Amino acid sequence: MSETSPERTPQVAGELIATRRVGAYHHLTFVAPGVAELAKPGQFVAVAVGGDTSANLLRRCFSIHKVSPSGTYGGTVDVVVAARGPGTRWLAGLSAHDEVNIIGPLGRPFPLPKEAVACVLVGGGYGSAPLFWLAAALRERGCHVEMILGAATEDRLFGVIEARRASRGTDGVTVTTDDGSMGVKGWVSDVLPEVIRRSHAEVVYGCGPMAMLRSITDVAAAEGAVAQVAVEESMACGIGVCMTCVMPVVGADGQTRMVRSCVDGPVFRGDRVRWDAFESGWGRVPDDAYGAAAMRGH
Amino acid sequence: MTSASDTIDMSVDLAGMRLPNPLMTASGCAANGKELHRFFDIALLGAFVTKTVLADPRSGRGTPRMAETPSGMLNSIGLQGPGVDDFARNDLVWLKSVGARVLASIAGNTAVEFAHVAAALRDSPAFDAVVGIEVNISCPNVANRGLVFACDPLSAAKVIALVREKLPRDIPIFAKLSPDVTDIVEIARACVKAGADGLTMINTLLGMVIDTDLLRPQVAGVTGGLSGPAIRPVAVRAIWQVRAAMLEGRIPTVPIIGVGGVRTGDDALQLVAAGASAIQVGTATFNDPSAPIRVNAELAAALQDKGFARFSDAVGIAHTRLDQRR
Repeated sequence: MSETSPERTPQVAGELIATRRVGAYHHLTFVAPGVAELAKPGQFVAVAVGGDTSANLLRRCFSIHKVSPSGTYGGTVDVVVAARGPGTRWLAGLSAHDEVNIIGPLGRPFPLPKEAVACVLVGGGYGSAPLFWLAAALRERGCHVEMILGAATEDRLFGVIEARRASRGTDGVTVTTDDGSMGVKGWVSDVLPEVIRRSHAEVVYGCGPMAMLRSITDVAAAEGAVAQVAVEESMACGIGVCMTCVMPVVGADGQTRMVRSCVDGPVFRGDRVRWDAFESGWGRVPDDAYGAAAMRGH
Repeated sequence: MTSASDTIDMSVDLAGMRLPNPLMTASGCAANGKELHRFFDIALLGAFVTKTVLADPRSGRGTPRMAETPSGMLNSIGLQGPGVDDFARNDLVWLKSVGARVLASIAGNTAVEFAHVAAALRDSPAFDAVVGIEVNISCPNVANRGLVFACDPLSAAKVIALVREKLPRDIPIFAKLSPDVTDIVEIARACVKAGADGLTMINTLLGMVIDTDLLRPQVAGVTGGLSGPAIRPVAVRAIWQVRAAMLEGRIPTVPIIGVGGVRTGDDALQLVAAGASAIQVGTATFNDPSAPIRVNAELAAALQDKGFARFSDAVGIAHTRLDQRR
């Protein structure tokens, strides 16, 4: 077990104590001493896959679904995995008591409002994973919490039952699917304006694919709310050394910079992200970004 | 309990650069220190190798910048960085404050820009933290149709000569070589004759990955640098060839810093036995942030198991064992 100090990030051998299928996803619970105690909603863990001699060297990053700092076995961390590549399939195939190397908590958490304002939490697919924990933190501060969960199909929704159970009949839960197999047929951005208006929400939190985060940001701006979005950029290390997960974000000084989503994010204010740079899966460097001039001719 | 790294003499002297152990980070795989310092004290490294610094701030390329490959990865970052003035004012000052020994990696779009970056570092207030300069000649030469400096002996030699004259004699310079050449010994010779005090081998190999869902290049830069354990045999081969040329008197003998696919102490020992006097750990750091420190301990243990008292006694030893076969 590695030592935990305020200056060091925990890196631990996490024992898998529970794994279950949830719709199209796998929900895994690890004993990860030191990680759970420090984590806040919006932060993530970076998980090594395939064992010590794995040919897949890059860590897989997952936003933390929930933590239990003082479980029977020590602190536990839950993540939700979509098995769609070699690393995530390996994780989904693990059995109880298997060990996985975990680093975390990493990244900046969701900022919480100082006042007890109403908030809308929007999750696309299993992007909803960190939002239930966030909702609990907001309710603790007296915030009214609305949730919107959207996905292509019913089996790709995550956490509908959990959301409804936690809403205590006072807060609202709205579900959308592209094919209408559950809830409202359409996208989360179709129902978001109405939810913001009826709850008088001042903050919209979002987690999911880039296109969804962009539309959440646009709707929030049109309704006079602030958007806080957690991005899902692909990362090689998760700890700020590889420079692969960069995206163009406007700083407080008005300057656009290519910043690392792992250490400067994954949560950004939606109106600071240069959404115009993203198209067809490419992320362009805007011409006015810091240091873009030096790249010409390359 | 005493660990092998306490009982084995792991110290090295690389062209006057004295280090307590031979383990280093690899340029571009460790940012500029603060991030890894959250996992281990970077002053414990033999040296911390910085991300390559150029004259001006660079945004780097668009995304995607990375593709995972079998036992490795392809990257196309585009030397993102703050530029030498900001680096010297912030990163270098911080590295000095934590007691790191710094091997600063520099580059330029022209030979003159390399020299400018070297001079700017020399004149900066925290330069005393710099124990050596690594000259990353594996970047495109604007004046020579974009051909990388490291692929042409004349271009490589010009860069080394201009950088050498900007730096004090007690600061060794290491030319970082590309394996993507017909004869790496020829490039090594050109660099050493131009004043390189040592060589770092190897940089990434040029590679490419196609995204088979979209049927287009997976990284925005189209091609990228291949790294990781997949390229380790290429590093061992390149180090072997250059060390053999030194032993045969075909080129002057200088220290080689080995880099390429090292993940464990045994991996490091391969490069050492082929002729490396120090070891950098790069891509493995993405898998295990503490890998450079762990590899040092594992290498010391492996040397102890094999009866060595000093790390330096193992450098290039595979060449002598081959002679015994003959």
